[in-house]
Amino acid sequence: MNQSKGTTSADTRDESAEPVLSIEGLHVQLPLGSERAYAVEDVSYALLPQEILCVVGESGSGKSLTARAVMGLLPAPHVQYEKGRILFQGEDLVQASDERMRQVRGSEISMIFQEPMTALNPVMRIGDQIDEVIRFHEKLPGKRRRELALSLLEDVHLPDPPRIMSAYPHELSGGQRQRAMIAMALALEPKVLIADEPTTALDVTTQAQILHLIRELQVKHHTGVLFITHDIGVVADIADRVAVMQHGRIVEIDTVERVLNNPQHEYTRALIDAVPGLVPRPVKTDSGEAILQVRQLVKTYRSGGRFLGIGKPQKEVHACDQVDVVLNESETLGIVGESGSGKSTLARCIVRLHSTDSGEIVYRGQDLCPLDRAAMRPYRSKIQMVFQDPYASLNPRATVGRILTEGPKIMGESTREAENRAREMLELVGLDVRAFERYPHEFSGGQRQRIGLARALAMRPEILVADEPVSALDVSIQAQVLALLADIRERLQLSMVFITHDLRVAAQVCDRIAVMRLGKVVEQGPTAILFEQASHPYTQELLDAIPGRDWSRRRIEAARG
Amino acid sequence: MSQAAQRSRYVLKRLLQAIPVVVAIVVVNFFLLQLAEGDAVDVLAGEAGSATPEYMAQLRQKFGLDQPLIVQLGVYMKNMLTFDLGYSFRHDMPVAQLVLDRLMPTLLLMVSTITLAVGFGIVLGLIAASNLNNWKDNVISVFALVSYATPLFWVGLMMIVVFSLKLRWFPTSGMENVAMFYEGWDRIKDIAHHLVMPTLTLSLFYLALYTRLMRASMLEQASMDYVTTARAKGLTERRIVFVHILRNALLPVVTMAGVQVGSLIGGSVIVESVFAWPGLGMLAFEALFSRDLNLLLGIFLLSALLVVAINLVVDLLYSFLDPRIEVG
Repeated sequence: MNQSKGTTSADTRDESAEPVLSIEGLHVQLPLGSERAYAVEDVSYALLPQEILCVVGESGSGKSLTARAVMGLLPAPHVQYEKGRILFQGEDLVQASDERMRQVRGSEISMIFQEPMTALNPVMRIGDQIDEVIRFHEKLPGKRRRELALSLLEDVHLPDPPRIMSAYPHELSGGQRQRAMIAMALALEPKVLIADEPTTALDVTTQAQILHLIRELQVKHHTGVLFITHDIGVVADIADRVAVMQHGRIVEIDTVERVLNNPQHEYTRALIDAVPGLVPRPVKTDSGEAILQVRQLVKTYRSGGRFLGIGKPQKEVHACDQVDVVLNESETLGIVGESGSGKSTLARCIVRLHSTDSGEIVYRGQDLCPLDRAAMRPYRSKIQMVFQDPYASLNPRATVGRILTEGPKIMGESTREAENRAREMLELVGLDVRAFERYPHEFSGGQRQRIGLARALAMRPEILVADEPVSALDVSIQAQVLALLADIRERLQLSMVFITHDLRVAAQVCDRIAVMRLGKVVEQGPTAILFEQASHPYTQELLDAIPGRDWSRRRIEAARG
Repeated sequence: MSQAAQRSRYVLKRLLQAIPVVVAIVVVNFFLLQLAEGDAVDVLAGEAGSATPEYMAQLRQKFGLDQPLIVQLGVYMKNMLTFDLGYSFRHDMPVAQLVLDRLMPTLLLMVSTITLAVGFGIVLGLIAASNLNNWKDNVISVFALVSYATPLFWVGLMMIVVFSLKLRWFPTSGMENVAMFYEGWDRIKDIAHHLVMPTLTLSLFYLALYTRLMRASMLEQASMDYVTTARAKGLTERRIVFVHILRNALLPVVTMAGVQVGSLIGGSVIVESVFAWPGLGMLAFEALFSRDLNLLLGIFLLSALLVVAINLVVDLLYSFLDPRIEVG
């Protein structure tokens, strides 16, 4: 798809055309007492027909609210339009009546959203949800509407459209739901499609397919696409032009080549530099001996029990199916895979949060699997976990001090010792010692992830199991946390199991990588070798799906001279 | 497997599961009632005023009350298989007949109450949520709060005072005017007339509950992503509220109502007493005071069956409302 993009973008755009949508000096107010007065401040940009304009920025930059303002869907009464114009084909939508806006929405400007599960009504059939759009805008007999809906589902390459029509959202996969969403949005050939992070919740291979689909349909229907994303890689793949937003303002807007390869604004540069560069870590030659060996690990989830021999047989999910991985001393092992691959289950089994069905987890010669609670206790502190969600993984009712000292105290340290240790750890992860008395909600996502890390480190572990530790963070924060992890690992000589779905991050962090799919390890090896010559087709597929891969490669080449 | 076949399998499975539940309930109830001091003979003797110990022993022997507990239980369980619920010495009638006679009035009261409470609760909750924080919402919320906090028996008594004694709109008690010997439509009208006040009284509390639940549920659903999608599709607010939000918002209300239908039988004891409604609640009340064990056990059994059946109906209803719930 990366090749096709280069040619299509040049063909479809017409620089001299009148913009189909143009935003002029838009101000959107935040409620009084917010961090800043405006969510969107003096934003102006124009979307040409048949182009893809990417609006890129971190969370809170106002990129989504601008789009919502265009749709007239600001979350009133908290967030309100203040001034500025939103011209759609010359008509100011800000002045338009409610009735007029209702006509525009869904037929002339339509929108797709980030989370295709929650964006579709869970108790309504897909066919009815598509039909609704058509029915509320066009006067067509039911039979024609059904034909149209079927052909739309065909257009977004969904298998067996009649079946999809009568399916409910939960019966489809994430990618299929997003395709249905796109079919719905394009039903009436809108002039403008607003895509608000449409691939963020999807797996990397699905993301590549959806991006390809959006590009394909954009060309076919001559739609102008306003594509909102936080992912520079996606921008590189799909954009014709890019607008970079920070704190509610546009800091830079230009063609994709110029913004990505020759950024003018300092923030754009920082944003681009924070993207892990897809340069795999060099092969580590001085790996110590194996500190942790997972042998033939099996973990199966069962559900749907039977009662008195009646009812459906059990459902079985093989989350880990004879998994073999080895972690050497002071090395980082990456476990890479898409959702449902069993990578998180593996992590939880290693930390012994889950029991295992069979197989061995050998730590320094001791198999941990048969150990009961008491026997496991001395090993608990040796293997510690850092969790994905920095918001959900810290007890909101406990002070940071308590979070950090609880573990060591259980392991028998005195209160004083534990508190001293906790303060040391706070410094180590780059937080103020005063954080000790405060509660988790007072910290930002990145800071909380640091607290989570400090909590794990306070136990004096030898192995750190990090389950997607940076995937909930903005890219600049992500870069900081990754740097911190690398630094600490080096200083404390930790070994690390690093679970991630993001191959960019894996390339930067991991010495060796194991690729998991449907509970099995399909391939493992040193990162550099895996990236150069993946032997398994699935690994190759994952590598090809990394957004912005070609752009990154060109950057690497350019950097080499 | 087709959906219909799956559903009937599910119903069969649930009915089989209900058997041990019902048996357990009966056994537990039997022993619980045995814990209470005194038996039917004590009461009969007490009322007769001059029973000799010999006569009482004779009575006990006649009713089988001198047998060991386990034998009494065994005999009762065996009888139950044939739906022979025993004999009520107090009413001098078979329990089964007595209980079935009283079942219809109770069901009538229950059905009308739950329909009224759920129906109006949904409507009021809907109105309150779509008029958030204006006078309609405030009036409904205050009404819900007051009804929620008022004891049932007090409401019943006050209604009798106001609507029966002062205004003379409704009869004070009973289910029908037996002395008039109404037939056909006249009888139905008469019963409906008698039904109004007990239903209103009993449903008031639940009505308040469902109103509040529905309001909260509507507001929660209104902030969901799919509502934004519906707006972005250019649908009318009417369509968004009545088709998209409403159906999703109903789910917690149905769950709650399903759980509470069972407890309505208990709640109706008070209301049936206040309005002299000849239902199961009244019967249970009388049976309790006259130590009529067989009758009480019969009522318990019937209530248990009722709750099991209602739960099954609610679960099926739920699977129709929410396609994500798989029956099986």
